[in-house]
Amino acid sequence: MRLEIAVLGIVALFAILFIYQSTTGEHEWAGADDQSEGVIDELTDGAYEPWSSPIWEPPSGEVESLLFALQAALGSLAIGYFLGYYQGRMRKEGEQKEGKGEAGSDA
Amino acid sequence: MHIMEGFLPHPWWEIWFVLSLPVVAWGVYKMNRMIKESREILPLLAVSGAFVFVLSSLKMPSVTGSCSHPTGTGMGAILFGPGITAVLSAIVLIYQALFLAHGGLTTLGANIFSMGIAGPLIGYLVYRLASRMGLGMYLSVFLAAMLADWATYLVTSMQLALAFPAASGGIVASFQAFMAVFAITQVPLAVVEGAVTALMFKYLVRLRGDILVRLRVASASAIRLLQEASP
Repeated sequence: MRLEIAVLGIVALFAILFIYQSTTGEHEWAGADDQSEGVIDELTDGAYEPWSSPIWEPPSGEVESLLFALQAALGSLAIGYFLGYYQGRMRKEGEQKEGKGEAGSDA
Repeated sequence: MHIMEGFLPHPWWEIWFVLSLPVVAWGVYKMNRMIKESREILPLLAVSGAFVFVLSSLKMPSVTGSCSHPTGTGMGAILFGPGITAVLSAIVLIYQALFLAHGGLTTLGANIFSMGIAGPLIGYLVYRLASRMGLGMYLSVFLAAMLADWATYLVTSMQLALAFPAASGGIVASFQAFMAVFAITQVPLAVVEGAVTALMFKYLVRLRGDILVRLRVASASAIRLLQEASP
């Protein structure tokens, strides 16, 4: 349990920090990946033009968040499915062992 | 850490492809061999890949007032090493480049190198070192996943700095400029990633301690001790 509590504490601290910051200061909460674009602009005085662009772009923020959510959902599904599979397997093996143990003591 | 499509000039995007592709190929080879040896590994492989899928999709707000995302590669790195983790990361990065316009196909080599190779390599080494020092499994996992995350962004900053040296101050100055964007933003995220990964390992120890032993992640006696500590 100690590990669970420690992890929960870290996540809670992270959340509190964000809530505090979002209510006190003016922040854009922009993506760091996009910000690096601005740094490139500064370093090259805006001379750098990306020489290729994405084949397809999500047409709106909604569609983009849908696809990100889909990515997370697919991942979570797989994690839950396989950990559940392991859990069920472990329980079944435990039952079989118990069953054998009893049969052995009977004989 | 996703370098956007078209944002690495010639010859850098080619260089990173040349460095990344052999590692991915080696990872595919290693993965096939491992699956052939024991199919029991397959679910764990899927979970490691799924973990990268989930964590790299979460854009989290950070202390700097901007958002970034964890990488989720620590788990795969500790279990399977950097080669196989490079394959898992490549799958996620291709998904994001194709469907989300996040990252890009021309910058794929560089992004695989930072997220799939450099980060996991650091994570792998940190885990081995920490467990050899006797730090305990969960603390070792925490440190490894945290530093894998952070190292990924360090490498991204380096990649961008090499491609865009500042007019005055050169590569070092631009490295500092890119680090200003990534380094501090990533610290709290890396800590959270380390913690969540450690928790994942607790469940793995409980459910499939035997596979962890077989993958030489921990000794049988260490696993038994951990299992007894939390039945």
